[in-house]
Amino acid sequence: MADTVTGPDLGGTRSPARAGARAAPQGGGMTNGTARAPARPRRPARGAGRTALLGFLGVVGFALTWEVVARAEIVDPTYLPPFTTTSARLVTELGDPTFWSALGATVVTWALGLAIAVVAAVVAGTVIGLVPFLRRATRSTVEFLRPIPSVAIIPLAVLVAGLSREAALVVVVYAPFWQVFNQVMYGVADVDTVADDTARSFRLGRLQRLRHVVLPTALPYVITGFRLAASIALVLTITAELVIGNPGIGRQIDVYRSAPDAPGLYALVLVTGFLGLLVNLATRLVERRVLHWHPSVRKEGAR
Amino acid sequence: MAERTPLLSVRELKKTYQGASGPVEAVGSITFDVRPGELVCIVGPSGCGKTTLLKCLSGLLTPTAGAVTLDGAPVTTPPKKMALVFQEYGRSLYPWLTVRDNVALPLKARGMPKAERRAVVEQAVAEVGLGHALDTYPWQLSGGMQQRVAIARAVAYQPEILVMDEPFAAVDAQTRADLEDLVRRVWRDLGVTVLFVTHDIDESVYLGERVLMLSSSPTFVQEDLAIDLPDERDQLTTRAMPRFTELRTHVYEQIQRAKRGAATPVPH
Repeated sequence: MADTVTGPDLGGTRSPARAGARAAPQGGGMTNGTARAPARPRRPARGAGRTALLGFLGVVGFALTWEVVARAEIVDPTYLPPFTTTSARLVTELGDPTFWSALGATVVTWALGLAIAVVAAVVAGTVIGLVPFLRRATRSTVEFLRPIPSVAIIPLAVLVAGLSREAALVVVVYAPFWQVFNQVMYGVADVDTVADDTARSFRLGRLQRLRHVVLPTALPYVITGFRLAASIALVLTITAELVIGNPGIGRQIDVYRSAPDAPGLYALVLVTGFLGLLVNLATRLVERRVLHWHPSVRKEGAR
Repeated sequence: MAERTPLLSVRELKKTYQGASGPVEAVGSITFDVRPGELVCIVGPSGCGKTTLLKCLSGLLTPTAGAVTLDGAPVTTPPKKMALVFQEYGRSLYPWLTVRDNVALPLKARGMPKAERRAVVEQAVAEVGLGHALDTYPWQLSGGMQQRVAIARAVAYQPEILVMDEPFAAVDAQTRADLEDLVRRVWRDLGVTVLFVTHDIDESVYLGERVLMLSSSPTFVQEDLAIDLPDERDQLTTRAMPRFTELRTHVYEQIQRAKRGAATPVPH
């Protein structure tokens, strides 16, 4: 899944985002981060209702197909419980404290891993991105480390940290770190020459230019990286729980697999889907708020 | 007036770039003075190195040879007493900051106390007629208004010399006339020295007290022309004056000569 990530489209007269700002294939096929640039025309309001309706019909169609296929026993019912059975089971799960503590553990691992990855990547990306010497010195190493699938380092993580959340965190941090790091590197290099000349002509020092010009310029890139990283981190969190066995929805899925408890298993898979949806919605909201001034988000001004 | 010591002094300024096929001489040798309180226009054929000249005299670029002094002090980094207005207002103003914060940023960086900053910013923005737009974002404003914001930012910086690099090249003709009058007004109201670079001959004659004509590259000052038009200028009456026409014809001819490469440096 070598999705191409374009940098934020700065539109119009501003310098075009580097075409080279790409996301590397991450996690060796383990990720499904939908890579989209923030810049895309918003649908007019009238089309939005229609889109929502179509989306709803799609979901209904999916559930119906599932139900019919399962009831017709095209697939062995041991492996595919009907949609209604799964949904009923999901409701039971929602009343179970075990489920909630598993969900909580997953969310904490995800959030912690994502936070560590983003903070570390912004710091490292800014420093390395701004110092040409460091950039040249690290390029080949980065290009080597970045494509290593996060899953491939699970044994290493377990060896170092045991079957623990810490081991899971190593896995969760790895791929999202590179994702954001890459974006930050391009972001800090994208500072407009006139914007920089302006700041220098008004005698802003190095740190002041970093704070007031470089970081705001890089922000759209960071947010794009963040959104992708959030999805990837979720995938890796569940993966780590499945493989390492640290508490969470992933481990619970494995428990239901070995039971075997197909409705429970499917119910939890649905939960991971909802979780992914929520993460996507939340990051989109963050993007809209933080980048309200950016051409990709703002309404057309009188220009 | 003519005998006062210069505020800005440019001496045999030369800038050579390292091009793909050897060195490219962008600025040959430029020498001129700007006295305190003057409004001087620099006009030259396109590609004559006007922007390079400005970057050198504002300390953004290091000249290959020659010297720039501002108020007696050599310019090596952007000086405190100088504020710049760039042609590309869309890139010079920060889209993530409101009008107020854009104008305030240089003052904040300089460490001006918040209350004073607020007052200075509001006064400067009112001076350019945008008092109502303090809390909008630059991209919500028209091009002409954005350039007003950039002028307000330069004015709020309280410089002794305001340097403008083809500031109105990207706005429409009517807006341009308004902005020209704004520059004249700011210059008279605040008693600030203005160095205004343009490629527009009419604009240079209409605005300036003096017009420096540059040759084509490698650049030198081809002529230093005093504009003896009345102080009170008006888009209609001033531009209709026979003297205005004479002056603009003269400048036009000089620029045409420069383009042909027939000009020779004025002795200094």
